[in-house]
Parts: sequence; C-alpha cells; structure tokens
Amino acid sequence: MSKIMEWIDARLPVTELIKSQATEYPTPKNLNYWWNFGSLALMVLIIMIATGLFLAMHYKPDALLAFNSVEHIMRDVNYGWLLRYMHANGATFFFVAVYIHILRGMYYGSYRAPREILWWIGIVIFFMLMGTAFMGYVLPWGQMSYWGAAVITNLMSAIPVVGEDLVVWIWGGFAVADPTLNRFFVLHFLLPLLVVGVVVVHLWALHAVHSNNPVGIDLHEGKDTLPFHPYFTIKDLYGMGVFLIVYCYFVFFAPNAFIEADNYIPADPMQTPAHIVPEWYFLPFYAILRAIDFLGAYSKLAGVVAMVLSIAILFILPFLDRSPVRSFRYRPLSKQLFWIFVVNAFVLGWVGYNPPDASLFHGAVPLILIGRVSTAIYFSYFVLLWLITALDIEKPRPVPKSL
Amino acid sequence: MAIEAEENRRDFLILATSAFGVAGVAAAAWPFIRSWSPSADVLAQATTEVDISTVQEGQMITVPWQGKPVFILHRTAEMIASAQKGDKETLPDPAQDADRVKKPEYLVLLAVCTHLGCVPQPVGTGNYGGFLCPCHGSHYDTSGRIRQGPAPKNLEVPHYEFKDATNLVIGKAMA
Repeated sequence: MSKIMEWIDARLPVTELIKSQATEYPTPKNLNYWWNFGSLALMVLIIMIATGLFLAMHYKPDALLAFNSVEHIMRDVNYGWLLRYMHANGATFFFVAVYIHILRGMYYGSYRAPREILWWIGIVIFFMLMGTAFMGYVLPWGQMSYWGAAVITNLMSAIPVVGEDLVVWIWGGFAVADPTLNRFFVLHFLLPLLVVGVVVVHLWALHAVHSNNPVGIDLHEGKDTLPFHPYFTIKDLYGMGVFLIVYCYFVFFAPNAFIEADNYIPADPMQTPAHIVPEWYFLPFYAILRAIDFLGAYSKLAGVVAMVLSIAILFILPFLDRSPVRSFRYRPLSKQLFWIFVVNAFVLGWVGYNPPDASLFHGAVPLILIGRVSTAIYFSYFVLLWLITALDIEKPRPVPKSL
Repeated sequence: MAIEAEENRRDFLILATSAFGVAGVAAAAWPFIRSWSPSADVLAQATTEVDISTVQEGQMITVPWQGKPVFILHRTAEMIASAQKGDKETLPDPAQDADRVKKPEYLVLLAVCTHLGCVPQPVGTGNYGGFLCPCHGSHYDTSGRIRQGPAPKNLEVPHYEFKDATNLVIGKAMA
C-alpha cells in the first residue's frame, strides 16, 4: 500500500496535498459554530447537484410537457417525490447556510485585508446562486414559475435604450414561453457546475490567506492553531448532523412549507395570480425593488438599480470598513449597527412578502413607507460603518495579542 | 497501558464513525439508484390486450407489448404438423411444441432474436417454414425454436392468457 502511494507521490504529490491542505491544515483553535456554515453550504451544493442530476433524467424542458413531467416525477418515478423535495427544500437550506455564512463574515470582519479577494469570490458565488435558484424555480412551469420568470426578466427592460430588446432576446420571443424554459433549463444545469469551479477558487483563496477567527487577529501557526483533522472534521460533521436533521424535518414532514400553492397550477400566460411573491430568500431584495416608487418615470430603473446595488455594495465593504480592528466583538458601535442591519433585513423580508398596497393599523401606516425606511436603513449600514471607522468615532475595546 | 487504551478507543471511534458514514451514504444512495427502475406509469403498461378474432388462419399480426414486438400467429394445420415434427432432442434448445402454446392454433412469440435482439421477419421467411432474423441469419421454425444460425435459444414465449374466446392478454400485471 505504502509502496503504491510512494510511486504515486513521486509523480503527483497527493499525500502532501492532503496533509498540507486538509488533515494538517492549520485552523484557528477558537473557531465557533458560525464557522460551520461554509462546509454546510458545500454539503448542500453536493446534495443539489446529486438530486438535480437525477431529476434531470426524468424532467422534460418543454412548455407542453414540463408541468406534467414534474407530476410524473412526484407520482410515478421511484422515490421521485424524495428527489424533488430534497431539491426544492435544498434551495431554501442553501440560502440559509449562505446567508449565515455571509453574515458571519460581516460580523467578524472576514472581508478585511488580506481576505478581500476571498470575499469577492464569495459574492460572485452568491450572485450565481441567485441566478441558478431563479431559473430552477421556473422549471416546474407552474403559475408562480411562469409569473416569477415574467417579472424578473422584465427587470431587464428597465435598462435604458437596449432594455426592451434585451428582454426579447432573453425570452427568445415576445413573452416567456417554450424557448425561455428550454434555455433556463440548460443554464440551470450549467451554472451549478460553474459554481463548483468558483468554489474551488474560493477555497484556494481561503487556503492562501487562511481562516479568519472570532477574535479577528492574525494568528501564530502552531500556538494558536490546531490541525484541521480531527478537530474540525469532527466539528463540521457534527454541524452537518444537526443541519441535516432540520433539513430532513422539512423534506419529510413539511415539504411544501416553502412552496407557494399556486405553483401547482399549470402556467397560464393569459392570467396572473392575484398575489405573486418570490421565494423567501429573495424577499428583502424584492422589498427594496418595490420601495423606490416616488421617482415617477425613473422609479422602475431606480428600483432595479437599488436592488442590484444592495448586493453589489458588498464588493466595496472591505474598503468602507476602516477600523483597525476586524472583529465586531471588540467594536461596540459596529456591533449595534450589525444587529440593526440583521433585524432590518427581516423587516424588509416581511414587507416583501406582503402585497404592495398592504398597510398596518387600518391604513395608518402603509407598508410601502416601512419598505422605504427599511431600504434607507439597509444602505445606511454601509455609510455609517464607513463614517464611524473613517472618522474614528468608534473606540474599539482592547484586542488580545494572541489567543 | 493508558496509551494503549487511548489508541484502542480512537481506533474504535474512527471505525464506528466510518461504518456509520458508509451505511448512511449507502442508504441515501438507494433512492437515487431506484429512481432508474421502471416507474409506475411504465409498470402500468405491463399488459397488452389483443382481439384475435380477426386474425385469419395462416395470418400473423405484430402487437407492441412493453415496447417490444410480439408475434401472434394463427397457425394452419400444416404449420402445426411441421412444428410437432420438430419435437426432437437434437435441437440446439430442445422443447416440445405442445409446451410452447396454450392452444395449438395460436403461437405467441416475443419477436426478439435471442442472438443480439433484432426483430425476426414474419412467418415463412426462414428455413423450416418459420422466421428468419435478418441481422445474422438465425432460422426459427413454426414453433419459434432455433434451428439454424448463431442464436443460442428459442424465441421466448411471453406470459399470456386467453381472457375469453377472442381476447388475449399478454403479460402479467405488476405492482
């Protein structure tokens, strides 16, 4: 056995790679459970690709056949219901993992130097994920699929000059129809494979600069670190067990909790459902889109720009944050801003979930108003974080020199 | 002693964890593997019912069953006699004609050559008055037995039943 490994290692240093990048990879000894969500996201990605491949063997990307082929999967294919529910709920749990992963990075300053590129690659993955999730949601070709596709593709029409032509190009016609479904299926198949590639680069960037940690300081290898195996393999496995229990609860006992009932009505281009909502993981951004309604003819474009900006602004976060300290654990003001940001994201989600003309207290507080305020709070996080750190308003608490 | 116990404990934990993981992955793989097996709608096509009242003596029809062709031949007295003459022990795949039919007038065959799966040509095309497979020249007689050529076995007789005087049900209902 060792003879064979020696022969291979002389030609391709597999043992060396496993040792330096996995088993003996130096990992901060103080990582808490918030650091589990990277490996959890990877686990969900693998579940999604596995179930997706097998679903694609039964699904038919044709406007006339798609809806029925999904029902065929649910009723006729052996364990087809399981594959589909794993995949549909997998999307939800993918975003749960990714959102916590992103927020963890924001709280502990994982985006700060020297991890900017690692952070950017992560945002790219997030954008790809949103595109993949959106196109996957179109495939069952129910009413929500269809009108979700119609609304989201119509966002492109807000782009000046070329917008209208661009939408026709994306549709392959003059409405969302068979050509749209067919190309979305191919892209929904292709994008996750590209995501795998970008994830590899994400890990490469991580291993080049090493993990951040809850204290946010640069570590002394050996003194402050532990080998990845067995200390963090076992911790990751434990996290996976807990995560899978919650996931399986939904897959087996509440599989339609996150699926709008209207999506079990076949797509009808002649009639829009009374109340269309995106999937929960898009709700905050949907609320931001709808919040900009006071700019007259420019509202549509401004709404789309605000929505894209709400995520794209994460790209410049490493430069907005000027604090000498990474971790918010030692930054009282940043910490408060962070939690306001998190609570506000839920408020935005709630606003996005409700109909646009809804209100609180019998019309006294229109939801659109709350949406506007929440959108302002969302963006002010980034401005205020920059202000309090660039102007030295925040006085960080003392940070330990080592762990 | 203490170190030895530690090592035994660690070995046990690694073994138990790995075994648990392997069993878990195997269990999780099962639904994926099973999803390739015939689905309920495919199994629902397990039987085909055929009205044979219009098939005249000497005539043969081809009906699809589970996506494969089935020959139903209304044999003439001559064909039956020829088939029974072939009841010999020296055939490549010895079989009695009486065992291959439920009523001597009707021969029901799965028209898939036992050599490499081609569909043989209708009755009368081969030597022995039977079926010739055009792919590699296998000759089957009027009982569907292999008499000459590369095929190793007789044409398969699918499960079938006479529902009544004129209706034949091919196949067995599944699931």
